[in-house]
Amino acid sequence: MAFAHETLLILSCLALFSLSLAHVRPGTARAVALGLSALAVVTALWGLDARGELFSGAYRVDAFSQGVKLLLAVGLFLAVAFGEGVRGIEAEHEPEYFLFLAVSVLGLTFLTSGVELLTIYIALELSSYSLYILVPLRRNEHIHQVEAGIKYVLFGAMASGVSLFGMSYVFGLAHTTRVDDLLRLYPDLVSSPLGLMGLTLMLGGFFYKLALFPFHFWTPDIYQGAANETSGVIATLPKVGAVAVLIRLTGLGGGAVEFATVLTLFAVLSMTYGNLAALVQEDLKRLLAYSSISHAGFMVAGILAGTVRGYAGALYYVAGYLVMNLALFHVIYALAPRGENVTLANLRGLYRRSPLLALTLAVAAFGLAGIPPTVGFAGKFFVLAAALEKGHLALVIIGALNTAISIYYYLKMVKAAYSPEEEGGEAPPAGRVVLSPLGWALGCAFVVGILVIGALPGPVLGWFQRALAWAA
Amino acid sequence: MTPAFAVETNVGYPILSVLVFLPLAGALVALLLKGDRTLKAWAVAVTVVEALVSVALWTRFDPSTHKFQFLEMADWIPTFHIRYALGVDGISLLLVLLTTFVMPLCVLCSWRYIERRVKEFVVSLLIMETAMIGVFAALDLVLFYVFWEAMLVPMYLLIAVWGGPRKVYASIKFFLYTLAGSVLLLVAVIALYLKAGTFLIPALMEQGYSFAFQFWVFLAFALAFAIKVPMFPFHTWLPAAHVEAPTAGSVILASVLLKMGTYGFLRFCLPITPAAVAYLAPVFLWGSVVSILYGGFVALGQTDMKKLIAYSSVGHMGFVTLGIFLVNQRGIEGSILQMINHGITTGALFICVGILYERTHSRLIRDNSAVGAFMPVYVAFLGLFSLSSLAFPGTNSFVGELLVLVGAFQQNKLLAAFVIPGALLAATYMLRMLQKIIWDRVSGHHQGHEKRHGDGPEAGEPPRRHLFDLDLREAGILAFLSVFVFWIGLNPRPFLKVMNRSIAHVITQAQAVEGLPEGGMTGLMNTLFPALGHSGGEESAAPERE
Repeated sequence: MAFAHETLLILSCLALFSLSLAHVRPGTARAVALGLSALAVVTALWGLDARGELFSGAYRVDAFSQGVKLLLAVGLFLAVAFGEGVRGIEAEHEPEYFLFLAVSVLGLTFLTSGVELLTIYIALELSSYSLYILVPLRRNEHIHQVEAGIKYVLFGAMASGVSLFGMSYVFGLAHTTRVDDLLRLYPDLVSSPLGLMGLTLMLGGFFYKLALFPFHFWTPDIYQGAANETSGVIATLPKVGAVAVLIRLTGLGGGAVEFATVLTLFAVLSMTYGNLAALVQEDLKRLLAYSSISHAGFMVAGILAGTVRGYAGALYYVAGYLVMNLALFHVIYALAPRGENVTLANLRGLYRRSPLLALTLAVAAFGLAGIPPTVGFAGKFFVLAAALEKGHLALVIIGALNTAISIYYYLKMVKAAYSPEEEGGEAPPAGRVVLSPLGWALGCAFVVGILVIGALPGPVLGWFQRALAWAA
Repeated sequence: MTPAFAVETNVGYPILSVLVFLPLAGALVALLLKGDRTLKAWAVAVTVVEALVSVALWTRFDPSTHKFQFLEMADWIPTFHIRYALGVDGISLLLVLLTTFVMPLCVLCSWRYIERRVKEFVVSLLIMETAMIGVFAALDLVLFYVFWEAMLVPMYLLIAVWGGPRKVYASIKFFLYTLAGSVLLLVAVIALYLKAGTFLIPALMEQGYSFAFQFWVFLAFALAFAIKVPMFPFHTWLPAAHVEAPTAGSVILASVLLKMGTYGFLRFCLPITPAAVAYLAPVFLWGSVVSILYGGFVALGQTDMKKLIAYSSVGHMGFVTLGIFLVNQRGIEGSILQMINHGITTGALFICVGILYERTHSRLIRDNSAVGAFMPVYVAFLGLFSLSSLAFPGTNSFVGELLVLVGAFQQNKLLAAFVIPGALLAATYMLRMLQKIIWDRVSGHHQGHEKRHGDGPEAGEPPRRHLFDLDLREAGILAFLSVFVFWIGLNPRPFLKVMNRSIAHVITQAQAVEGLPEGGMTGLMNTLFPALGHSGGEESAAPERE
């Protein structure tokens, strides 16, 4: 059946919910979550060719949504598979952590299939609210998590409000909430100032998820304040959902000059601001937060091209970004036995403590910097090529220059990981990092995945391109 | 999806793919090996097999055509019409051979020097070889770019992990500088694709793009290549990288990496943007002259042997770029030959410095003076390569520099007159170094050095003990290279023969020049930015800078 994947996710949420009511031994919830998320990958794979509609066409299962759902399921599985359990979170909250993680992914899954504004909005909120709860779920010794939690809720609520406000304008002008009808009315919409404003505001809610300038302010504090595993999730999965919705909502509208101008402005500022701010960070998660702002700019560069190649490029980009970021958070997680934050200084001597983790870090960092033959390079190439095709030369040149800026802080990470422990003042925690077999396998998988999918991007990109046939 | 894999070669197997991926496969196997000696021996084996395979390229190459040979084609990323395409012509053939022959020497010369993290070293070297051969053999711009950039990572590691005291500074400078140069190259690559609808390098040539388009594309390419060469004033990363890199790193850098810049000029700029080359050639010709003179003068003042050779490289590469931008048969012949010569001679000189450094732990000329008394065989080789470096008749560089000079005199006598002092400078700084190292007073190392560095042999001991002459391995490396010094020096014809047709073809392509703007700077501005001027150029949508 077409909705097996969603059904499984709902059942998983229920199962985890009942676990959170019972008193279970630590580790049980993770084992259950791991099994269920592995199953979710299977159903997502199985459902790749599923087609169907629900609720009078408000919820549509098509190739595009199924592809994104597979990405989400893989992301969920990887996020659950980190290490031996939750380290940054009290053991008694373990079932809740996995419950809200699953609910959040459920919301994102709904998001990719929503083709009606209210459905999209509800799915967005479902995924957001569970993340609001996840952020402050951190061991008590860390003070930042409460601040981070409040910031996240406040910013999130505001962004949702802005989005809803924009939707009201769009509805007022177009008299419909169906995306299909909206797409037809796009040329008229974007040509009126009111419509352009409404559209931009409406997308604001998703820019917030994507951490695109000027909706990025929450990112560094939340990454830093939330537990390592939570940050890993927040950094990756919502962005996949956001890119999917942005593609749905801008499809065909990307050709409009006014709209592209707004997006270009956001993309350029996002790339540049994120990179410049990342240059001076010491906390690894904060650094990744700023780098993610910069990457959001690149994803939007693919979307604003408004072509199938651009959309496929953006999807490929976000898929690569998901894998590379999860790889880095995998390293961060493994380096913090008690769930503390990891700084660049802590990375020193990583090479001796765990060669595999050092390699994972290096490959992921070079990938994020866009050095071939990684997914990062291929993604950057696709979005920049698509943007240049539409004549966004300034954007492409600024994007290319930003690649050169960003290499500096990624190199700082690699340099720290491969420099001996003696160099520099602060003594890092000595001793080998012991990886579980699953953690070891994950590390290898990340390295191979980043390199192989990057060297042979054809099949993945081609698949996305075919899935996006509706946007042509 | 099964891409059609078309092979057009007279060897019977896809030889270029083998050459590109054999080292990579060797690197993967090396990951599983244990023991430092085993790893080094494995690296020697892989690189030697690679060199032997590449000999077939030389023997089966057909010099009677300018066309790309040993072709291989397959779809790679169909969405953007990106293909996996390999092939060599008379320009890239010798560079591929240079790479495959230099690599075994790089492993051998590190036999004693590299003791830490041998596995990573071997893997980095082998991946490096894959990327370098890929750069020279790629016939698809994206494939080229992938190899071009991928090369930075192992090179960065070579400097950053096994480098000298300022390795962090040098490695990051190298990475940032070269990456910054090539990001705009990527933009130009995409722009070419959008114009021509293909990334295939042969198909991108002779397209007759408008002058404004050629101009911007050329600038983006030239920036990347000028940094790699490096041409004055983009050379500042080179001395730092050379001085800090381990011997193998310096050799790769000097012998192969620098050639990629000049190769890029020949392969892309001349055939794809001929009008821009014709318009801007004077800038690059005089820039080359400045490089030659500047490199020579700065080399004159160096006290560190590696720095001296690094600056001499700036000068020698100036000859190469000079020859290329002359765009005549003699000039380009000379510059390609000079690329090979520089690879042999400068590589050998860096190995010589490395050999001395392993004994005295210093690269300063002062600390190494008068070793001639203790290491006669060594100084014989050092002398030979120094003579070759200053283009002494009978050695390889003489032929190359002579050809470039002949080309320069054909074109512009004033220009050529300015180059002559450059050749004299080379003699001055090389002979000065040679004199100090072979004959100077026994002052620096043997008396003072031990007291400064406690780790050396006992201070009272006679210096003979650690200044032992070359062992078989070292002598073998240098003897192998000196064969080529004389071969090219005395009988360059076989080398010139393979490149002849390809060069003639490039020159015809580079002469397809039309629509040059007239009227100096104003004319150029009007052509590039027709919207600003009143006369209006042929291209309506001139690219705007940010």
